[in-house]
Amino acid sequence: MSYIAKPSAHHPALPRNALGLTRRDYEGSMSTLCAGCGHDSITAAIIEACYEMDLPAHRIAKISGIGCSSKAPTYFLSRSHGFNSVHGRMPSVTTGANMANRDLVYIGVSGDGDTASIGLGQFCHAVRRKLNMTYIVMNNGCYGLTKGQFSATNDKNSPSKKGEANPFDAIDLCQMAIQLGAGFVARSFSGDKRQLLPLIQAAISYKGFAFIDVISPCVTFNNHPASTKSYEYVRMHNMASENKLDYVEPKEEITTDYDEGTSTSVELHDGSHLMLFKVGEGHDPRDSDAAIHTIRTNAAKGTIVTGLLYVNENQQDLHDVLGTDERPLNGIAMSELCPGSKALEAINARLR
Amino acid sequence: MQASEIAARSRRRGRTPPTDISDPQYFHKVVDCQWACPTHTPVPEYIRLIAQGRYSAAYMLNWESNVFPGILGRVCDRPCEPACRRGRIQVGDEGNAKDPSKKNAEPVAICRLKRVAADYKGEIDSFLPEIPTQKNGKRVALIGGGPASLAVARDLMPLGYDITLFERDPVPGGLMRTNIPSFRLPASVLDEEVGRILDFGVEARFGAEIRSLKKLLGEGYDAIFVGTGAPKGKDLELPGRKEAAANIHIGIDWLTSVAFGHVEKIGRRVVVIGGGNTAMDCCRTALRLGAESVTVTVRSPRKVMKASDWEIKDALHEGIPILDNHAPKSFVVKDGKLVGMTFEKMVQTGVDAKGRPKLEASGEIVTIDCDDVLMAIGQENAFPWIERDIGMTFNEWGQPAVDRRTFMSSIPGVFFGGDAAWGPENIIWAVSHGHQAAISIDAYCHGRSLVDRPKPGHTLVSQKMGIHEWSYSNNYDPQKRQAVPHATLEASLKNLKLEVELGFDDRIAAREVERCLNCDVQTVFTDNLCIECDACMDICPVDCINFTENDDEADLRQELRVPALNMSQSLYVSGPLKTGRIMAKDEDVCLHCGLCAERCPTGAWDMQKFAYAEAQAASACLSHHNAYLG
Repeated sequence: MSYIAKPSAHHPALPRNALGLTRRDYEGSMSTLCAGCGHDSITAAIIEACYEMDLPAHRIAKISGIGCSSKAPTYFLSRSHGFNSVHGRMPSVTTGANMANRDLVYIGVSGDGDTASIGLGQFCHAVRRKLNMTYIVMNNGCYGLTKGQFSATNDKNSPSKKGEANPFDAIDLCQMAIQLGAGFVARSFSGDKRQLLPLIQAAISYKGFAFIDVISPCVTFNNHPASTKSYEYVRMHNMASENKLDYVEPKEEITTDYDEGTSTSVELHDGSHLMLFKVGEGHDPRDSDAAIHTIRTNAAKGTIVTGLLYVNENQQDLHDVLGTDERPLNGIAMSELCPGSKALEAINARLR
Repeated sequence: MQASEIAARSRRRGRTPPTDISDPQYFHKVVDCQWACPTHTPVPEYIRLIAQGRYSAAYMLNWESNVFPGILGRVCDRPCEPACRRGRIQVGDEGNAKDPSKKNAEPVAICRLKRVAADYKGEIDSFLPEIPTQKNGKRVALIGGGPASLAVARDLMPLGYDITLFERDPVPGGLMRTNIPSFRLPASVLDEEVGRILDFGVEARFGAEIRSLKKLLGEGYDAIFVGTGAPKGKDLELPGRKEAAANIHIGIDWLTSVAFGHVEKIGRRVVVIGGGNTAMDCCRTALRLGAESVTVTVRSPRKVMKASDWEIKDALHEGIPILDNHAPKSFVVKDGKLVGMTFEKMVQTGVDAKGRPKLEASGEIVTIDCDDVLMAIGQENAFPWIERDIGMTFNEWGQPAVDRRTFMSSIPGVFFGGDAAWGPENIIWAVSHGHQAAISIDAYCHGRSLVDRPKPGHTLVSQKMGIHEWSYSNNYDPQKRQAVPHATLEASLKNLKLEVELGFDDRIAAREVERCLNCDVQTVFTDNLCIECDACMDICPVDCINFTENDDEADLRQELRVPALNMSQSLYVSGPLKTGRIMAKDEDVCLHCGLCAERCPTGAWDMQKFAYAEAQAASACLSHHNAYLG
């Protein structure tokens, strides 16, 4: 954290988006996280994504649980709706909000403790309900707020700062998400914005449950060279499944020459595209079995597969499944929402 | 990353070598104000001293660099201010009234803060260098008693030189005395700062005009310095010039006559021809001598007028119209007396290769009735007193050939400086010439090489006090530039000697000092400590910091988060980092707020104060600079 506020002055030539806003207009308060925290880098990527996509901040809801990660929404989109909920309960609150108002963009921010331990059940059900949201896990493998104890995503044998090895197997949230039916599953690294930014943009464009597990080093407790969640380790062992990504907005034409057979274009619901460029042995991101296989075989070798792991271009979201009204609740007249006591009596009479 | 960028990245990339920060000129250039100052005054350092209320120390740091802080704090040409980084930082989204694209970006009022140091200083005599009673046996003659000669005297006296100063006027100061009206520069300020140097024991001969260099060369001086300025005002040979001569005056000569009390009144209606600072001084002086209407006419458009912005503003504030695009045609004479002037209006037809407006006569003739005309159309140096048969080389314009580095003419031991050297500049350049000439004179008198110039002193020291604490005021203050209070118009116009600008008081100064960005506190990057976490890039409020693939500089500048299009500002480029990328920082609009260093988990960024001091002939004149260099 810093004592001074980020100066209000910005670069005189800072570009503006279609809404006439600069990147600075999407910022939040000053971060109180440790200097060099990966979470701040993810925060910057979210700001950049919303700015580049010309999203009006007041049409976005940012929801979080408890932990270092869950403090992060304070540091971006100060003009958006926000809800800092109970530990592990971000998915329920998001579900409620999403059911009430389907027109907002939902960005859920959670951590490895918040999602893989106390909120694991919540996470599973949000995935299987195919809630239309972007679920970002800022994954540092430890509890930073309480002095760096191992979390459930810390890899087996990856040592603590003092050198003690982790005796338990790690929960792989991406594998779980694919198995539970998530339509968009990606893994990225806070130290690689070039990959992270198009993934966040694509996740926001995706209609359905979009999950991004972002490895985000804890500089204070889990950034020693032997830790598998450190900057150094991740940079050395990052096997990007599709090495390069490019997010192409709906209004934009795909103009660059992509060599046949080396690229895949994934079309998202709003007409935008995510271009994937194969480098080395990739798998087809539409094949969930292949995705899990790739993650598992690489994990066995100690390498981390990042990039878009799995996508189902034809997923139906929770509103589609339930057949809910097209309109958000605040767009429906009270008389329609609550038909009155006579209607209730009629229903009750039928059940007698 | 956009598709077009991917394509761009696939081409072969060039390489910009890492910045050599061991070269003191790299960080010196980042301190825009100090770099722009001809004497390289450490501006941010003295502004911090003012902020601490250490006015005497602030004054001395100035005095050591520029010799005349009280004078320059009023009438300096201020090359530092247009250079000031703060002038490129926008405050809020409101437009600046003058230039909507500038958005309230105004430089720190550096000049006025300098005056604060002079106005509020305490006793400083104890800080002055000691003058040896045992002289070194070398005799130096200074011709002219203006800023250049006085600076030479200041620098050489502490070394034990025996100095004789020849001044044709009865008092010292040169153009500072004769051409700058006392409502801008009070005589008391001049007397104090000039007197301080003469009191070092300079033998000053007033009313002693040198009429022959040949004769002076025969008097056995070890070195001679010519600081005679540019005392010859230009004239306009137009129809009626001779007939109306009694009411046509050369601006600088007329100002001199006013300064010495030889002229105390002027006609009812006055026309001033010219668009420089002398024209502004002439018109405002004429108003104070009782002219009822004063009109300034300029041949070119207003925006290319030579006068400083603030002087134009002050003239307009006093109700003087400035008519631009008016080319003088003739003096109108009736019954042997001047009654008016005719002008032809000019129209701009484009710009020439140098970007100056191209003007064409429109044929439209304008007559302005007037009783007196003041001509302020430029001035030049003149050397009728230098014989052409004594071995001095003159160039095609009749100016002596002077070496740009050593300030020596073709006659060994004869040096030039100030306006006498290469034509009209300003006081601060004259002081700078004085410093350099003094170094050369000292080297010459002791048989050392004049070409090997002494090197500047510089240090670079971390300002970190704690995790989030710096030894300078790193917080950015969005405050606008403070206005300087003026004496009332009514009182000013009645009194030729009443100083118009009242200067900042300590409270206004306390607000203005916080606008300084402390550009001398440098962002220093150590590449092998960087773990590329992006924290600095994300926090930088002005998007200066980038982590990117290397490329040749022209391309690299285009590829930054915000392209670095201000070519006068450097790119700070690191060596390759662990991922093979580099850090590239555009110095242009860095706020020096220190957030990059606060957010850096490994100390790869640090805020370090860069102190830089030019060498001078006498180190005794640099005691505050030596303390500043640590």
